[in-house]
Amino acid sequence: MKRLLVLLVVAWLAGPPASHAQSPEAAKALADLVVDDADKREAARDAIRQIERWGLLVRTVETVFQGASLASILLLMALGLAIVFGLMGVINMAHGELMALGAYSTFVVQNVFRARWPQHFDAYFVVALPVSFMVAALVGVVLERGVIRRLYGRPLETLLLTWGASLIIQQALRLYFGAANVDVSSPTWLSGGFALMTGLRLPFNRLFIIGLASVSVAAMYWLLFRTDTGLRIRAVTQNRSMSSCLGVRAGWVDATTFALGAGLAGLAGCALTQIGNVGPSLGQNYIVDSFMVVVTGGVGKLLGTILAAAGIGGLNKGIEPALGAVFAKVAILIAVILFLQRRPAGLFATRGRGAEA
Amino acid sequence: MRKPEQVGLLAVALILVVGLPLGNLLPPSSPLHVSNFTLNLFGKFLTYAILALGLDLLWGYAGVLSLGHGVFFGLGAYAMGMHLMLEIGSKSVYQSALPDFMVWNQVKDLPLFWRPFYSAPFTLVAIVLVPALCALVFGFLAFRSRVRGVYLSIITQALAMSAWLVFNRNEMNLGGTNGLADFKTIFGVPLNQPSTQRMLYVVTAIMLVAAWALCRWITQSRAGKVLVAIRDSETRVLFSGYSPASYKLFVFVISASLAGVAGALYAPQVGIITPAKMGVLPSIEMVVWVAAGGRGTLIGAVLGAIGVNWIQSWLTTSYPDLWLLFLGALFMSVVLFIPDGVVGALGRLAQRLRRPSASSLDAPLLGQATLGSSRARGSDTTV
Repeated sequence: MKRLLVLLVVAWLAGPPASHAQSPEAAKALADLVVDDADKREAARDAIRQIERWGLLVRTVETVFQGASLASILLLMALGLAIVFGLMGVINMAHGELMALGAYSTFVVQNVFRARWPQHFDAYFVVALPVSFMVAALVGVVLERGVIRRLYGRPLETLLLTWGASLIIQQALRLYFGAANVDVSSPTWLSGGFALMTGLRLPFNRLFIIGLASVSVAAMYWLLFRTDTGLRIRAVTQNRSMSSCLGVRAGWVDATTFALGAGLAGLAGCALTQIGNVGPSLGQNYIVDSFMVVVTGGVGKLLGTILAAAGIGGLNKGIEPALGAVFAKVAILIAVILFLQRRPAGLFATRGRGAEA
Repeated sequence: MRKPEQVGLLAVALILVVGLPLGNLLPPSSPLHVSNFTLNLFGKFLTYAILALGLDLLWGYAGVLSLGHGVFFGLGAYAMGMHLMLEIGSKSVYQSALPDFMVWNQVKDLPLFWRPFYSAPFTLVAIVLVPALCALVFGFLAFRSRVRGVYLSIITQALAMSAWLVFNRNEMNLGGTNGLADFKTIFGVPLNQPSTQRMLYVVTAIMLVAAWALCRWITQSRAGKVLVAIRDSETRVLFSGYSPASYKLFVFVISASLAGVAGALYAPQVGIITPAKMGVLPSIEMVVWVAAGGRGTLIGAVLGAIGVNWIQSWLTTSYPDLWLLFLGALFMSVVLFIPDGVVGALGRLAQRLRRPSASSLDAPLLGQATLGSSRARGSDTTV
């Protein structure tokens, strides 16, 4: 590890190799030089070493960036789940489908812009963000007020109930929009990338998602810990009946919280349109991963969710080059199970009597 | 157990074990004739029922909701499938001793873990032992560290997801996405003959009765009472000096073995096993069979598995688009309106009819507990 760090610093100080020396042919030519030409041997060796070091630096930064990108996607998805699970004890299996709803809202907004205001097409995404939040939040409120509120305190039953809801939403999307993936094009300001250094370009859409995740987390912190609504939400979480006695409308708080969680799912879905396929089963592809984040992070602690997302995202991208995508996922599952051996209720467990739900 | 119920159970068992195969033997002109197709379909349903029994033991009695039972089902089915693949021998399309998919994937030698499956006795043992061992390791890690409730459900769901991903890979040498198929013989008998299928059906039905007897024996024993106690208040059981983790592990392993047996009977009757049978969706579908039939009653699990799948086979052929909508609605309505399933609801109805003013004390424990708590909860959420 230390050696790697030293190597990276050396590589950074030495700077990138001249642009014509970056092609594989150049490396090969240099290798030939080492063998053939006694005079230029030293210089060629140095050049090779510089190229290799630079390659290592680029790969490391790239892996870190990909890890951060995956972590922020996981965080965006898990944030809404974690809030609903932590504050209300409800496992929302329909979270993935709420994400899909957000993604399809983005698709619809895009089509409207393309038909009505083609000259402002680039602005569609700015409109799509709040629209997808609202659509998902609205469906979330309907779900919560309609069915979920009858089942508070029975997490296993809400799990099955929301799974049923997820099947219905998924099939409805499939029947309405078709089973094939739909095409959501990126606005020009999200395509392309930022050239961080020679040989490495960070795509704008990934940067945008990292930014969106950060802003969402900051907004959640502000909402939960700096506003009256947040105060009420936390009060109901800690002691539902006591808060009711003191005049907090618990039902209203439940609805708000659920809407918030659902809205965040919609937002995540909107962001996902920029990096992945949009289809009816969009939610299914991500839901298990985001549950792993919530379980690892522990219930009701935002910090746990953030750390778990960072850990799982980083670990995943870190071992993916060695194991491949599938076995990296399996390795993550094993890692989470082993982690739960040490901390059965996640990173930050509720302690004491309140833990026994 | 009361008399009429015993008679009813016996009748159901007789119809399933003896009646359907006899109907199949009748000439097609007879009104009681059961076609080969129907018999095969019911054979499939009965394998599901075996699995549902195990799942009910785990969920309905011990209160552990596993969303990963498709994995154990798949493991049993793959163990059987591997033996059947090897039995094909060089009669396959490519006339190689290797299974066809290995020829496509340019595998030269039979992988080491395939070799023992040449032996029929080994296969029969593996059908139970492979899922049981997996469940033992997984359950040991999970229950030892007191992973419970929704945490356990989510972890098992991740297990189903991972197993699905892994079995889809070609380098596992398990047929990838296409799975194992095109079986020719089972223990030397050609599979495509009606008599073989009838035999398989009878074996399945007998296994179902045996599984039912096993589950009934467990639930009636002292251990069964501890299981119910764990479901209702795990902490109190722990404080009374029992070890809930060991009981849960025991029932988890039993349940996984039953799922394995179910899978092994499924593979030769349906003729194909793919990773799609062990993913997240099939695993959770299994839960809804138990929920709809009535968890906490063994007969409910069996009826649920048969009933839901019957509806599925009808809907997916007549109205394929509606199946998922129906499944979703079934999930929601069962959870909302009849938490103790059809059998539990009928039981309550019968009780009310028998004694209109009866107190609720004698009613089935589970239904009362859940309904009671929902009432209590309802009062403080609506404030």
